[in-house]
Amino acid sequence: MLRYIFRRLLMLIPVVLGVALFIFAVMDFTPGDPAVMILGEGATEAEYAALRAELGLNDPLLLRYGRYILNALKGDFGVSYRTQIPVFQEIAARLPYTAVLAIVSTLIAVTIGLPVGVFSAVKQYSLSDNFALGCALLMTSMPTFWLAMMLVLYFSLKLKWLPAMGVKDWTNFILPAIANASATTASLLRMTRSTMLEVIRQDYIRTARAKGAKESTVIFGHALRNALLPVVTLIGVNFGAALSGTIVIEQVFAIPGLGQLMVNAIRTKDTPMIIASLLFTAIIASLVNLLVDILYAYIDPRLKAKFSVIKRKKVSA
Amino acid sequence: MTAPESSQNVSVESRLRKYRKKSQFRTIWNRLKKNRLAIFGLVLFTLMLGVVATADLYYSYEQDAVAQNLRLRFKSPGKVPGHPLGTDQYGRDVLARVIYGGRISMFVGLATICVSLSLGSLIGATAAYYGGKVDNILMRIMDVFLAIPNILMAITLVAAFGTSLFNLILAMGLAGTPKMSRIVRSAVLSIIGTDYIEAARACGTSDMRIIFRHILPNAMGPILVQATQTVARSVITVSSLSFIGLGISEPTPEWGAMLSAAKSQLRYHPYLAVSPGIAIVMVVVSLTLLGDGLRDAMDPRLKN
Repeated sequence: MLRYIFRRLLMLIPVVLGVALFIFAVMDFTPGDPAVMILGEGATEAEYAALRAELGLNDPLLLRYGRYILNALKGDFGVSYRTQIPVFQEIAARLPYTAVLAIVSTLIAVTIGLPVGVFSAVKQYSLSDNFALGCALLMTSMPTFWLAMMLVLYFSLKLKWLPAMGVKDWTNFILPAIANASATTASLLRMTRSTMLEVIRQDYIRTARAKGAKESTVIFGHALRNALLPVVTLIGVNFGAALSGTIVIEQVFAIPGLGQLMVNAIRTKDTPMIIASLLFTAIIASLVNLLVDILYAYIDPRLKAKFSVIKRKKVSA
Repeated sequence: MTAPESSQNVSVESRLRKYRKKSQFRTIWNRLKKNRLAIFGLVLFTLMLGVVATADLYYSYEQDAVAQNLRLRFKSPGKVPGHPLGTDQYGRDVLARVIYGGRISMFVGLATICVSLSLGSLIGATAAYYGGKVDNILMRIMDVFLAIPNILMAITLVAAFGTSLFNLILAMGLAGTPKMSRIVRSAVLSIIGTDYIEAARACGTSDMRIIFRHILPNAMGPILVQATQTVARSVITVSSLSFIGLGISEPTPEWGAMLSAAKSQLRYHPYLAVSPGIAIVMVVVSLTLLGDGLRDAMDPRLKN
């Protein structure tokens, strides 16, 4: 088990380096001269050139990339072109809002999507199943920011129950979390339902029923445990979606999180800030994916054996 | 007298081939026809496509959707005749803007899928067909891109290249490519071991011809299903990007941009935030229903 975790962690390194290289290379195309941005329009050409040399902007892309990675390992992600504040400091101040929002909305998605999905599968084609599926369809079809606006319209402006924007206390996070959770809840619900339906038809479920096990034991003990595997993978993917979903949601509720930082940085062409905020989001998403994969291996000890069998098959094909 | 005979043979064969092709299409269509929800989705989507395509017959883009008319600011729905959904903060007709906005959303959605479909097919099919090292390298590269959430990737590309319609399509198309290439790869892998591919190889058919003529058409099922879903997602993504100001901006009518403008009017003119959102939901629901129906029709085993 430890070896598996270690191997997965090692496999993460090239992915992170690749993501960083991609973001770094793409951002190289960003129009605008950083030297002009830092010194303003009034400086002389010689001053611009000196600053460019100081920042190492004249070096080839790969050299700059290597330097960036080495500095990043020491926790130095550069200095914002606009505010001259270290990028890492700014991100560390903003990250908690985004992380809390993403985690809470993933939790909401799991606590609603999973049980409703199971219920829907057990009562297939019943009125409540159809209702749940209809709701899921609507929820996946709505842009989260629109749902957020509609929630604000009803709960903040009409009923005046919850605040419409800001981050004063925890009530500020209720509407954003619900809005952000909607799409992931729906996809989790649909996935749980379909895998449950698959499992419920297996022979061992019939066997369990035949030997007289209680219905709840059959559903939760036998069926759900086996249906859970693909669902768990989806939770990891969904966390990534929730994390990037917050970028949009933060704009609706004026939450000073990573998303707002990123969007503002893009508007002002503050390249170090853009690179670092994108990199952080991508790395957190893949770390959570890794965590979920480890959890996956923990629930399903067959995984490793199965994995190697598939690999062998592919080679022979 | 041998020449006309052989040409007759060819024509019979080609006719047979046509018939066979049709029948595969027809069985899928027959199954799809029975799915009322899928047909509802198909009809709704076609209807909206029709309305959007013929918009110029009853509206003028410049006059109704872009030109400002400050005398008619903030008229709520039904207040002024001729503006069934009201007018916005510049006195422009909301219905006209929603319809022209649909043009952009649907165009972007369909163009995006063209980009990710062609790139994804190329990468996925190459990886699956050649296997081994090629497969490994291509898929590891795709893994890197899959680690970046979709909308984040689109934001990255838009941030670097600027926010034009073309860049937006390119960015979203590229963002959708890794997933598509994975799906194409697994679909192709399931076909590659079959006898008719062996037979084609034995005949000395070129690799490219085998991939494009024999493998991809047979792998079309899952690819098509993914494609309808991707179009639906793109409609949401483009509106999200416009909403946060990284997509299409004023005065071009686009649903996300309209909602972004409506956000600041939410307290006093909430009706502005309703119709563009409903338009998005309608497009996405219709495409999702159609995609689900197609999936069930292509492969009834998957249906629960």
